[in-house]
Amino acid sequence: MGLLAPLLLLLSSAVQNQLGANPIREATLRMGKVALVLLVTTLATSPAYQLLGLKALLWFRRALGLATCFYAAAHLAIIVGLDYQFDLALLRLDVLDKRYALLGLGAFLLLLPLALTSTGSWRQRLGPRWTMLHRLVYLAVLLDVGHYLWLVKGDVGQPLRYAAVVVFLLILRLPFFRRALGRWRSRQAN
Amino acid sequence: MEGIKSSEITPEHVYLSRRRFLAGASTLAAGLLLDACTAAAPAPAGGSPAAGTSDTVQPPADVLTTYEAATGYNNFYEFSLDKENVGTVAQGFKTSPWTVQVDGLADKSRTYGIDDLAKAFPSVERIYRFRCVEGWSMVIPWLGFPLASLLKEAEPQAKAKYVRFETLFDPQQMPGQNSDMFAWPYVEGLRLDEAMHDLTILSTGLYGKPALPQNGAPLRLVVPWKYGFKSIKSVVKITLTEETPISFWMASAPDEYGFYANVNPDVPHPRWSQATERRIGESGRRRTLLFNGYAEQVAPLYAGLDLAKNF
Repeated sequence: MGLLAPLLLLLSSAVQNQLGANPIREATLRMGKVALVLLVTTLATSPAYQLLGLKALLWFRRALGLATCFYAAAHLAIIVGLDYQFDLALLRLDVLDKRYALLGLGAFLLLLPLALTSTGSWRQRLGPRWTMLHRLVYLAVLLDVGHYLWLVKGDVGQPLRYAAVVVFLLILRLPFFRRALGRWRSRQAN
Repeated sequence: MEGIKSSEITPEHVYLSRRRFLAGASTLAAGLLLDACTAAAPAPAGGSPAAGTSDTVQPPADVLTTYEAATGYNNFYEFSLDKENVGTVAQGFKTSPWTVQVDGLADKSRTYGIDDLAKAFPSVERIYRFRCVEGWSMVIPWLGFPLASLLKEAEPQAKAKYVRFETLFDPQQMPGQNSDMFAWPYVEGLRLDEAMHDLTILSTGLYGKPALPQNGAPLRLVVPWKYGFKSIKSVVKITLTEETPISFWMASAPDEYGFYANVNPDVPHPRWSQATERRIGESGRRRTLLFNGYAEQVAPLYAGLDLAKNF
């Protein structure tokens, strides 16, 4: 499964001691970046589906969403387990006054219920509420981009590029653009 | 401004004997880190007898950082924003000929060739903790000489209150300086009494070898009780001034970086932990010490100063 590749790459680099002088930081940043990329990709699948109409994209959206949550959890687990070695006092000292950390934690907490209710049976059980609930992903991705933006030192170029992509993908959700995508597709079909 | 008493300078035999000790020991107690001000007192041996009886938690022992990490994990934006890439980009950086201009409010302004400096000020080894504002730290055996010796030779005038340092500006050799994200060249500053403190050195090398470009060759400042960015690299100009120098980082983000930048676990930073740090080469975290563990030597410099306001 391709979505496991970033994890396998990380483990192989770790085993070969190729994570540099500050391996825990490197592992943290890598897993966080993978989670962000997956989250943005997840967000792109719905507009892509409206555009192309491929059912497989919907299946893929769920896999991407679950992988996002998995990598966000790995990111957090490295921080809590390896970096802070479960020392909650130290964590409280370091993290609670960091706005970027609070945003990251918030994004993860929003993703968690989405992953837990991603199965078909939960979808049926929740009915229309399922769609409402899963709109939390919009908030999660905004928090995640904010997390990245506040994390970098001088060069905000890359976080801003992610922000631009996210804003674009969110705009496509607005009814006007959604209808435009639908029209475009039916024109292609004719 | 008080001068440095001769008793505060590490006698060479103390330095040499410590060096011999360090050569044989892979681990050294925190208290052993060379601090010239306590040189008169016998250094506590590896396991100090007080350690067992005291109920305060002793900080974990300090171990020298590996040469590979110290030369492969560097912040030097003039070359690259990527710490692990600085060494590669900086390869071939021309450090000779090199001149260092000492000027400003000094009776004896002059320009030194780098070789003259080495001859005029014999090099000693100082093992210091090095704490980066990004929340990581190292333990480095520096080679160098007290900045005070150079400043004394320049004869600062009574009006001189600060020392301003400047890095080479040469975008041809330092590609990072082509970026307009920052106001080049890199500038740093110290209060004159901080600059005259015996812990403050100008370093020409580390691990018994001449410095590599990524470590600030051929001459860099080392101020072990301040965040690493104060220890300006590849210095070409040292100026005595009356007004507070505006450092590179003060200009770039005044709300995040003040003039003092003393290591202080109680003054938070929006991005990085200042309460704890990762010692490169270790997993887990250590608690960061006030003044990076040099409080005994430098706290008197800041008597009566609100450290939270003057960060």
